Amino acid sequence: MLSIADTQLAEATWIMVVKSIVIFAVIFGVLPLLTVLERKLIGRFQHRYGPNRVGPYGLLQPLADVGKLVSKESFRPENATKTLFILGPLLPVLAGVLSLAIIPWGDVQDGVGLYGIDVPIGILYFFAVGSIAFYGLLLGGWSSGSKYSLLGAMRSAAQLISYEVSMGLALLGVVMMSGSLSLVSIVHSQGEIWFILPQFVGFLIFMLAGFAETNRTPFDMPEADAELVQGFMTEYGGMRFGSFLLVEYMEILVVSGIAAAMFLGGWMGPGPSFLDPIWMLAKMLGLVLLFIWVRATLPRLRYDQLMSLGWKVLLPLATLNVLVTAILVVVT
Amino acid sequence: MSFDPKSASYLDSIEVVEVQRGPKPGGVGGAYRAFGETLRGLKTTMARLIEGPMTIEYPEEKTPVYPRFRGRHKLHKFEDTGLEKCVGCSLCAAACPADCIRVVAAENIPGDRVSAGERYAAVYEINLSRCIFCGYCEIACPFDAITMGHDYEMADYDRRDLIFTKEMLLAEPVERTPLKSEGE
Repeated sequence: MLSIADTQLAEATWIMVVKSIVIFAVIFGVLPLLTVLERKLIGRFQHRYGPNRVGPYGLLQPLADVGKLVSKESFRPENATKTLFILGPLLPVLAGVLSLAIIPWGDVQDGVGLYGIDVPIGILYFFAVGSIAFYGLLLGGWSSGSKYSLLGAMRSAAQLISYEVSMGLALLGVVMMSGSLSLVSIVHSQGEIWFILPQFVGFLIFMLAGFAETNRTPFDMPEADAELVQGFMTEYGGMRFGSFLLVEYMEILVVSGIAAAMFLGGWMGPGPSFLDPIWMLAKMLGLVLLFIWVRATLPRLRYDQLMSLGWKVLLPLATLNVLVTAILVVVT
Repeated sequence: MSFDPKSASYLDSIEVVEVQRGPKPGGVGGAYRAFGETLRGLKTTMARLIEGPMTIEYPEEKTPVYPRFRGRHKLHKFEDTGLEKCVGCSLCAAACPADCIRVVAAENIPGDRVSAGERYAAVYEINLSRCIFCGYCEIACPFDAITMGHDYEMADYDRRDLIFTKEMLLAEPVERTPLKSEGE
């Protein structure tokens, strides 16, 4: 049998299936809560309550939202390319779910690794799979047959390509320090010190690029609800539109997860080992709160500012960071 | 005298105002300042979070109104005798700029008096869909028979329901509007 990934731990197939289902269920349980959390927090940041009518504390709001989106007509513009239009929202969902697999929730316990899969090329896998999501945005925007969608898709393509470079370079410092691409061994190598301290610049660049990759403010140019009427998703409605939104939150979780694993010591924390996934989740949640906080604070950048920040500031800084790290790793 | 912008007397005579300009954007300094300003912005929003919401959840909570708030009108009776204060003089109708008050006066019958005066208002109607809540009726009334109350929840489904008759205006309104306390 052709092995898809050379994992470092052989597990029974049924364990892997159970793990996938558990990760899938937990993440898809957290996602709707994340939307409520975001809306409520944004409200609080603006002296408002946010949604608090549906259910206790507005917790059933996502249920109402999804119910509304599902019951809507799946409208498709006349001059849209049918297959690509349908494929558009599906690819990002697929990519998001795939990249969830490598987030490490804990160490190997009783012969079961508390992660979806420990690929030796973990970070590479993250970038490879993450790039598939952009095809979704591009195809969706292009196949809609609308100028706003096309503009939004072009913008997102340019933005995502620009920031992917700095993002990769930012992670390279961590990879060099730990000497591995696997997220699990990267977490293991943070036993003494979390990489956020020696790689603080890398962390900053990664988070900035992460904001851009997930299309969040201040880099939400592709969506730009005020000027581009949601950019590439202008022509989408109903659950297709909903899945684009879903993906946005999933990507936030994935970026938070990668950042937590690479810079914040992953599952490491005081307490017994069964608390590991909780620690990981807590660190992810902290980063998600940072995402929300930044969204409540910063306005959208102008497009040329975005580009010059990406190419003129982040890229040289990330390169310099890699260079300095490389020299230090060799010297010490 | 010829005008010479470089002459000492001219330079002394004008007041030079130095325009304060911020540092130029861009470069390392610009990036540093942008980062600092970002942190300042984050601090600002976090302070708003800590302050907590200012929302008044309207149908459940209501903003108290000021004592002189001009809401829905009230007609008054004498508390001791129970007679209506309105004598049907139509001064309120005359003062009304929106022309929304209709008064039809009638003679009081001795023994079955309605008002304290010679005449009383047989019909007293205010069309609240036209009323602009200016309070001129209140000022025009010589007997303080009509005053502006504090109610402002008057939305209705039918325009005809907004014509308030004398009985409705005389009736004690359901006290739904909180009043601001002293000094608030």
